[in-house]
Amino acid sequence: MAGVEDYSLPNRYAVQIVPTNGFTSLLTFFSSASMAFLIVFSIAMSTAADRLAQSWSASLANSATLRVAAPLVDIESQTEAALNVLSSTKGIASFRLLKVEEQQALLEPWFGPNVPIDNLPMPRLIVIEENEGGYDRVGLKLRLAAEVPSAVLDDHTRWREPLVKAAYRIWFLGWLSTCLVLCIVVSMIILVTRAGLLSNRKVIEVLRLVGATDQYIAGAFVRKFAFRAFFGSTLGAVVASMALFLLPSKVDQNATLIGLRLEGLEWSWLIIIPVFFFILTFFAARISSLKILKSLS
Amino acid sequence: MIDMERVAYSYGEELLSELSLSISQGSFYFLTGPSGSGKTTFLKMCYGALVPTSGKLSVFGKESSSLSRDEIAYLRRKIGVVHQDCQFLDHLNVVDNIALPIMVSARSSLSDSLNLKELLNWVGLSHRSNALPAELSGGERQRAALARAIIMSPNIILADEPTGNIDWEMSQRLIRLLVELNHMGKTVVIATHDLNLIRFTKTSVQARVLRISNKTVQLAGSDL
Repeated sequence: MAGVEDYSLPNRYAVQIVPTNGFTSLLTFFSSASMAFLIVFSIAMSTAADRLAQSWSASLANSATLRVAAPLVDIESQTEAALNVLSSTKGIASFRLLKVEEQQALLEPWFGPNVPIDNLPMPRLIVIEENEGGYDRVGLKLRLAAEVPSAVLDDHTRWREPLVKAAYRIWFLGWLSTCLVLCIVVSMIILVTRAGLLSNRKVIEVLRLVGATDQYIAGAFVRKFAFRAFFGSTLGAVVASMALFLLPSKVDQNATLIGLRLEGLEWSWLIIIPVFFFILTFFAARISSLKILKSLS
Repeated sequence: MIDMERVAYSYGEELLSELSLSISQGSFYFLTGPSGSGKTTFLKMCYGALVPTSGKLSVFGKESSSLSRDEIAYLRRKIGVVHQDCQFLDHLNVVDNIALPIMVSARSSLSDSLNLKELLNWVGLSHRSNALPAELSGGERQRAALARAIIMSPNIILADEPTGNIDWEMSQRLIRLLVELNHMGKTVVIATHDLNLIRFTKTSVQARVLRISNKTVQLAGSDL
């Protein structure tokens, strides 16, 4: 509080016109912290899902596998025919017949090492890499059907698409959760503003008596709530980022988890969230307090 | 300055009716009448806290019923109000409470308001500037309320039972300050039922007495 000697008008904002109410202050602070924590996790989930979807889309998008599953007596000739078809197909950058050892390595996770697959009726696999323009899938399938009936062309869309779709749905759900949390923040701020104003009727009465406009009174309350929300959300975002750091690393997660983390510029969310909280609470509190003040006349 | 034309106010049941009077610049009025007669309602209408249910009330030439919420706020900056219960913000010290009208009016300088230090000296509260309202005596609270009421150099000072909670000596001190303000050209209206106070004041200023009775206001005779 200012003394007479050093009383100057810039102090008008420093003076705590609205008394500190422990309950509403703590409620605003901790709710904002919790909501910011949840938002950071929702965003981390969304961005991780987005990364996963993009990686799944890109990694196998330009490749295909041709499987030649003919009886043992015909398999070599059919494979040869398939290779001939591929060599004369436009849009294919390269193709390669997998060696027996490579096929063995592919089966190892299921059958274990040193499985004698020579004696098994194993199909032959040809890995195809297409060039930028791509090849005519329908045309190739028709040619293979005519010339190598035992060949099956798998361009990976069958299993890639549902995975990409699922990843995008997780991305959408992450953002939806973020929006819902923000709606809760707005509701919470409206309730806290209402409680704050109604419990400070005397303050409002005195301010009105000395000529304060509703905008001034609302501003005094709004500043209080918006700053609390800002500091609360900063704490929540920092704690959430620490929690993300403590999660297992990408390597530890093997390939089964989606890698819940923020990368590169995504860390800027830790600044954006508290600033956004401040702006959101500022406007939510201002609109609701002006409405309440009108009803208190 | 304050003009009333057949003004009435009703809280469901009519409290005041047919009020017609004109309060001019630099005048000194007492408003008297029994408790519940409508003295506070009369003052509240004058500073825009209540709008007459009928009739025409003009303050500084503006009809109160046509004022917007912001205009009422601006009007209150030109009218100093002193309540019996002072109405302070309990968590702010004396100097902050007194400076409250300056803070809310968003003025960029103190030049056109009274000097805070001089004001505290004038009301005799220089030594109490950092005290909280709860730490002040009744008389000190009233003087602080008066300081807050006049810090914006208002043209009108309305006081509602300002001496209701203080002893006779303090009441005299407060009245002297109000008389001094009247000598500076301010219009003063004091609601009170303390006839001794009115008699005391009349020794130093030409004060008129308005009496509220039977829902209306009359100019009292010189028998007071």
